[in-house]
Amino acid sequence: MKFAVIVFPGSNCDDDMYYAIQEGLGEPVDKVWYTEESVADYDGIFLPGGFSYGDYLRSGAIARFAPVMASVVEQAEKGKPVLGVCNGFQVLLEAGLLPGAMQRNRSLKFICRPARLVVANHETGFTSKYEGEERITIPVAHGEGNYYCDDETLRDLQTNSQIVFTYEDNFNGSKEAIAGIVNKQGNVMGMMPHPERATDQILGSDDGLKIFQSILKQWRKSHVLTT
Amino acid sequence: MSLLLEPSAEQIEQGKVYQEMGVKDEEFEMIKKILGRLPNYTEIGLFSVMWSEHCSYKHSKAQLKKFPTEGEHVLQGPGEGAGIIDIGDEQAVVFKMESHNHPSAIEPYQGAATGIGGILRDVFSMGARPVAIMNSLRFGELVKPRVKYLFEEVVAGIAGYGNCIGVPTVGGEVQFDPSYEGNPLVNAMCVGLIDHKDIQKGIASGAGNTVIYVGASTGKDGIHGATFASEEISDESESKRPSVQVGDPFMEKLLLEACLELVKCDSLVGIQDMGAAGLTSSSAEMASKAGSGIEMNLDTVPQRELNMSPYEMMLSESQERMLLVVKQGEEKEIHDICSHWGLHSAEIGRVIDEQRLVLWHGGEKVADVPVDALAEDAPVYHPESREPEAFRKRQEQKAWRPDVSDVKETLTALLKQPTVASKEWVYDQYDYMVRTNTAVQPGSDAAVLRVRGKDKALAMTTDCNARYLGLDPEQGGKIVIAEASRNIICSGGLPLGLTDCLNYGNPEKPEIYWQFEKSIDGITEACKTLETPVIGGNVSLYNETQNGAIYPTPVVGMVGLIKELAHITTQEFKQAGDAVYIIGEAGEDFGGSEIQEMQTGSIDGRAPELDLETELHRQRSVLEAIQKGLVQSAHDVSEGGLAVAVAESTFGTGLGAEIVINGNVMEELFAETQSRYVISVARENQEAFEQIVTDAKYAGSVTEEATLHLSKESGETILQASAKELENAWKGAIPCLVKSKA
Repeated sequence: MKFAVIVFPGSNCDDDMYYAIQEGLGEPVDKVWYTEESVADYDGIFLPGGFSYGDYLRSGAIARFAPVMASVVEQAEKGKPVLGVCNGFQVLLEAGLLPGAMQRNRSLKFICRPARLVVANHETGFTSKYEGEERITIPVAHGEGNYYCDDETLRDLQTNSQIVFTYEDNFNGSKEAIAGIVNKQGNVMGMMPHPERATDQILGSDDGLKIFQSILKQWRKSHVLTT
Repeated sequence: MSLLLEPSAEQIEQGKVYQEMGVKDEEFEMIKKILGRLPNYTEIGLFSVMWSEHCSYKHSKAQLKKFPTEGEHVLQGPGEGAGIIDIGDEQAVVFKMESHNHPSAIEPYQGAATGIGGILRDVFSMGARPVAIMNSLRFGELVKPRVKYLFEEVVAGIAGYGNCIGVPTVGGEVQFDPSYEGNPLVNAMCVGLIDHKDIQKGIASGAGNTVIYVGASTGKDGIHGATFASEEISDESESKRPSVQVGDPFMEKLLLEACLELVKCDSLVGIQDMGAAGLTSSSAEMASKAGSGIEMNLDTVPQRELNMSPYEMMLSESQERMLLVVKQGEEKEIHDICSHWGLHSAEIGRVIDEQRLVLWHGGEKVADVPVDALAEDAPVYHPESREPEAFRKRQEQKAWRPDVSDVKETLTALLKQPTVASKEWVYDQYDYMVRTNTAVQPGSDAAVLRVRGKDKALAMTTDCNARYLGLDPEQGGKIVIAEASRNIICSGGLPLGLTDCLNYGNPEKPEIYWQFEKSIDGITEACKTLETPVIGGNVSLYNETQNGAIYPTPVVGMVGLIKELAHITTQEFKQAGDAVYIIGEAGEDFGGSEIQEMQTGSIDGRAPELDLETELHRQRSVLEAIQKGLVQSAHDVSEGGLAVAVAESTFGTGLGAEIVINGNVMEELFAETQSRYVISVARENQEAFEQIVTDAKYAGSVTEEATLHLSKESGETILQASAKELENAWKGAIPCLVKSKA
């Protein structure tokens, strides 16, 4: 399975994501610069964390217009797995691939810490290696991770089991403690916590590895079926 | 000042306009002699910034020469953007620390943010990838609204810049004392990694080669920043707000990535950051180091504003700019890389044989001065030094002793002292994990970063207990180095070397200069014995307000090498049943202690003594035991004494400890005698441990029950407290102080 890690000017977790795939998962991966026109050659597309365009204007607001994004949207619509982490999640929200928006953390301060998460839905292509309601530790590092959506959207998310991760302790004030969601089709996921930072015990946790492994498992399944 | 309003050379001399720029009468005479004529406005500007204390070290140079700067592993000592030390495998570690005190005193967010930006550039301009940021901060007591504001904004500024650029802020220290009330200290350190083959230097050699400017445009911000940093802070400092620069971490991220590509190009001859004194210092220093000169056409400098004068352009400290020297004819490769990263690059001059800095503007020659005169020939002063009367008196004082009726109450109060309390409120705001190498997170004795792909790691710490220096600069200076080394040792590392940030008051006052001189002596002696060379640093003088000078605060940033990942050690107890050892016995060392400050509101008496041979012996034996896999946890005894160190070893573990205290209880628990450690050892390793660490005394064990129990040899209980309760007091103190209304 071949992965693309999209690099916007100001992305800063691109290397971390790259190593998580290469060393943690052991699959081929390329960094793809934001001016590239196509990501059609890749089987999975990751939008890493960071401060694309300095987060000026609003996080993710400028990156969604980057040339590469048209192809990312196209591939997402074709059903390829797309994962946005932290700033990548913010870009997916701005691009309309996922519903809702981000506000500043309730404390109005940046928060970096290992966060306890609940796997709210382990039946997605991103979480199938987890147990239902499994408690895991994955770090967060964000200033704008306070997820918001209107009540109607929330009902949709709940009805369709689109809420994938929630915080055990809702430290940033997110609606319903939401930490990660998928789209209706289940192939686009956004999450504020950084699974790529939890892929090796020396960093304090390897609980994030299962997300990458789940994506690979899902791809292998569909790949065997279609070929 | 617009070009038309600039005073003429004669007006500068007659009206003593140079004095406003910090140039003294005798210095003006020297400049006249160097030029053989009167300097014009631009030229006197160039001299004033290059001869400022910040750039020239004119009051400190004579003392700095004492430092040992060489060692087996040192690849680059002081003189370049940052020092470099070999760590094997054709890799090296690059690091430096710098102060941004004055700007942070009047504009804390931007002052701190640009301090981070500047120190990062010092490291990546050497060709190294920055892997970690550390800091050392000092504020007044966390009571007054202004102090809280400075504290919150400085932390936010560091976070804002470091988090955005994506270099982890992995640790540091924060202390609070009234002496820093109007003059906070903001010292930032950057650590980078480099392959030997990529090491760059800031030189401008090869006549005809092209000078290229990369990065942000030049604006009117930060003009005379270096001069401002070289005077005392007063009521008028608020008017120096325009001397404070404004940072753009997004721009710096692009500049960082571009520079790390540029340094791989054969066409690049030299590269230097435009830091303090901006275009002036980068061009003059690069030329001076190469024995050449530089000619620049200022019309081609990218400018943010219309009608900027040569004076403004040369003295601007706009951020996120680099100066490159590139082989003639090979400029395209450089421009292409810059343009890939969306950066502006402009050819603004060339290298010339004559050792002069020649500036053109609007077709006219506006400056023509010898580069060495700017970069090397600033006057060197040997200020008068005088031992303060108070120091002599302190040596004769009877030692102060604390008044403790309830040990639990005293320990809890100590844990709540802001200097001792948990700094989680601070580091929770720093992204300390980005780049996924952080193996030991903030809060332990030293931060540890793995070196990706290798079985080794780097340990790093910043330290300075300035109270000891306030009482006795020489002893205090020694202790700074010893404590930093101890922190590296406790993490499982061998100290390799250090960078320093020497923060003092006005050196033109003899008693301040005495502090400077004596502390340098202490630091030098400790560095020699502990084999930790000084590979670079920075001096920040004139840290004074109407209320007087700060404590002498020579902050050190030390880096050590952990030879195998298995050696990484932290301060927390690991397992119930492990044996607890205490290394070193306490004496009557309460002078400058946390308990003295807490109980009397000030410090007095003699600073703790330090025996460097004992220090070295213990450090070596502890490290040997760690490297042999015999140590579960290691923590040095510092502010607050042994009781605090033992309590801290239980925090976050859910474990407790039962310890027997021999000797004088008050001294053992609360004195700040040096060279002491708390170490836990698995039962099966006790014998082997005792053979190596001969100074270690068995004191008790780690317990399943989360209670801290201290007793006398007789069995009488000294303290029985819930570890969780102590931890809550320690954790809650700073958030509580920040929130409370004064």
